[in-house]
Amino acid sequence: MKRILFVARTVVAALREIFDEAAYARFLKRASVVSSTEAYAAFRREFEEAKVRRPKCC
Amino acid sequence: MLHGMNQTLKSLGWAAVALLGAIAVAAVAVHRGEPINALWLVAAATCSYALAYRFYSRFIATKILILDGSRATPAERLENGRDFLVTNKWVVFGHHFAAIAGPGPLVGPVLAAQFGYLPGTMWVLAGAVFAGCVQDFIILLFSVRRDGKSLTEMAKDEIGIVGGFVAYAAVIAILIILLGVAALIVVNALKGSPWGTFTIAMTMPIALLMGVYLRRIRPGKVLEVSALGFILVLAAIWGGQYVSQSATLAPLFSFSAPTLAILIIVYGFLASALPVWLLLAPRDYLSTFVKLGTIALLALGIVALHPTLHMPALTRFVDGTGPVFAGKIFPFAFITIACGAISGFHSLISSGTTPKLIARETETRMVGYGAMMCESAVAIMAIIAACVMQPGVYFAINSPAGIVGQTPAAAAATISGWGFPVTAAEMQALAHAVGEQTLYNRTGGAPAFAVGMAHIFSRSLGGESLMALWYHFAIMFEALFILTVLDAGTRVARFMVQDALGHIYRPLGRTSWYPSTLATSALIVALWGYFLWQGVKDPLGGINSLWPLFGISNQLLATVALCVATTIIIKMHRAKYAAVTLAPLAWLVAVTFTASWHKVFDANPRVGFLAQAQALAAAPATSATGRLIFNNRLDAAVTGILVAMVTLVLLESARQWLGILRGTQAAQVREAPFVRTQLVQEEG
Repeated sequence: MKRILFVARTVVAALREIFDEAAYARFLKRASVVSSTEAYAAFRREFEEAKVRRPKCC
Repeated sequence: MLHGMNQTLKSLGWAAVALLGAIAVAAVAVHRGEPINALWLVAAATCSYALAYRFYSRFIATKILILDGSRATPAERLENGRDFLVTNKWVVFGHHFAAIAGPGPLVGPVLAAQFGYLPGTMWVLAGAVFAGCVQDFIILLFSVRRDGKSLTEMAKDEIGIVGGFVAYAAVIAILIILLGVAALIVVNALKGSPWGTFTIAMTMPIALLMGVYLRRIRPGKVLEVSALGFILVLAAIWGGQYVSQSATLAPLFSFSAPTLAILIIVYGFLASALPVWLLLAPRDYLSTFVKLGTIALLALGIVALHPTLHMPALTRFVDGTGPVFAGKIFPFAFITIACGAISGFHSLISSGTTPKLIARETETRMVGYGAMMCESAVAIMAIIAACVMQPGVYFAINSPAGIVGQTPAAAAATISGWGFPVTAAEMQALAHAVGEQTLYNRTGGAPAFAVGMAHIFSRSLGGESLMALWYHFAIMFEALFILTVLDAGTRVARFMVQDALGHIYRPLGRTSWYPSTLATSALIVALWGYFLWQGVKDPLGGINSLWPLFGISNQLLATVALCVATTIIIKMHRAKYAAVTLAPLAWLVAVTFTASWHKVFDANPRVGFLAQAQALAAAPATSATGRLIFNNRLDAAVTGILVAMVTLVLLESARQWLGILRGTQAAQVREAPFVRTQLVQEEG
């Protein structure tokens, strides 16, 4: 059971990282703000600056 | 005693895996005549990957790279909560796989299936294990040891300014050619298809809705909104059948190839130039969600249904006369399948985001080598999807009208004449079953993959009645993912050009300066748009000339990456093991240089660009003749320039290797200084 929970937690963590939810959580922590429309817009602005430079493979 | 027994059991287990793998590979390789079951390919792949990971990657990790778990990685030393971040290895693995798995491992193997299932399968297995995984793993580790530097920076530092410049130019060239080819695949999949076009068009408002939801309703809940978006996309696919059957709506979503090409070019420019993150970011998430889900579903479908492969092991087209693309197995099978075996593009990801997330050096083996093995498995699934179709159907879908004839009857007669029976009625019934007007002349690989995937899925979920829904699901999946590559690629190329132009005139390098943004976006879109337009107007279907060009440029980038890897290995005084990168490098040089020679100088007009230009000049002139001649000469020139640049890198690298081995040059690596990790100390 513990093993299954560990796998499930890891899969969710990977999905949160792939889908940038974890990055948003880190942004909120770093900026010491709570989640809001403005905070998410600020996160996207900052994140896009870096993300658009990332290549995606063919 | 117990330890000894455990060791014996482990050894016996690995011996069993090796034996099963050998039997499966032999079955795939020597079986002729009766159709073979897909499970043989699955078994051959699974055993090969298991053995390669356990033994070969471990050998590389311990003997050559000497991974050091006590050395702090840039994620730890430079952690900033943004780019550099200590991350769980499985999370990095998922992240890396999501970035490297694009449409390439699906399309290339489908095109190469014209040779039969055997060449593609063998290349995917051997190429991944001995070349692709090795490249991804080693470049990732070297980037980790250099503070997450990019391939172009490492090439400049380790090989010299020529290496850096060529790597930069090769990346831009690949991006341009890739984007042109990717757009052409979407055009060929959607032309004259109101159902497919409607579904893709619907992803735009769905993405906008997701953007509003993310920003206004539940900020940052991406997984939740992606699941919602996925349900809406499924609804759009379901609704598409009514659009295709409606006399009023169907014409609104039926476009010719040139019209679709123009729409995609305009879309590409807007995606690059405008700050439309409200649309693009949610679509990117939606695309990733669909991609990961579909790959998992396809894997389950293949294992559960273990379909029979109807394509023979080898077809008559090994002689180079194939209708999908012209050219013999060597070298063309090896440049047609890049992603899935070895892809130079991966070295950009391995030296991009991933090295900044790795917590320990020892994890580079699992992330670099392991994720590429998964990508290779996706390529095996694509081969299976292409080969479950009757060969006659496969060739009818993938052959251009210029080769098989303009009418269904003529195409069926030509293909049947090759020994792959198919009738016009059979193709009509299949087109009807998948909700299309016709499936002839659907070059590019995507429609063939979609038919194969629909065939596999419809056998288990919903039967033949859901064939059309599965087909359009597969088309939507491929088109969505290709358009995402198009958005991201155009923006990446724009930033690279802006970075370079910034050295000439500083404001041009500012990504927020609109004149620069518009001008560079227009430049990049015009460049790939040119290749797209060329493909759309090509009487041979475009893929025949453009996919090899893409394959050559991608493998030339892998050549640069392997030059960097070999140079560093020699500088690390590991020259006796340099064959690990030198062997795939020598193979790639043989493949790409031979392919380039054929593409430029081959006397067969279907293969050689110059011969085709000559044949066009000798034939009665039409309004398009001048342009077609120019296009062929341009393709020849692009190929020649790429080869000349990579030759420079090879010579420069060889000069370094000889200098170091003779002792006339210092073997100085440019690694970041060693810092002991705190993570290990904390845990220890």
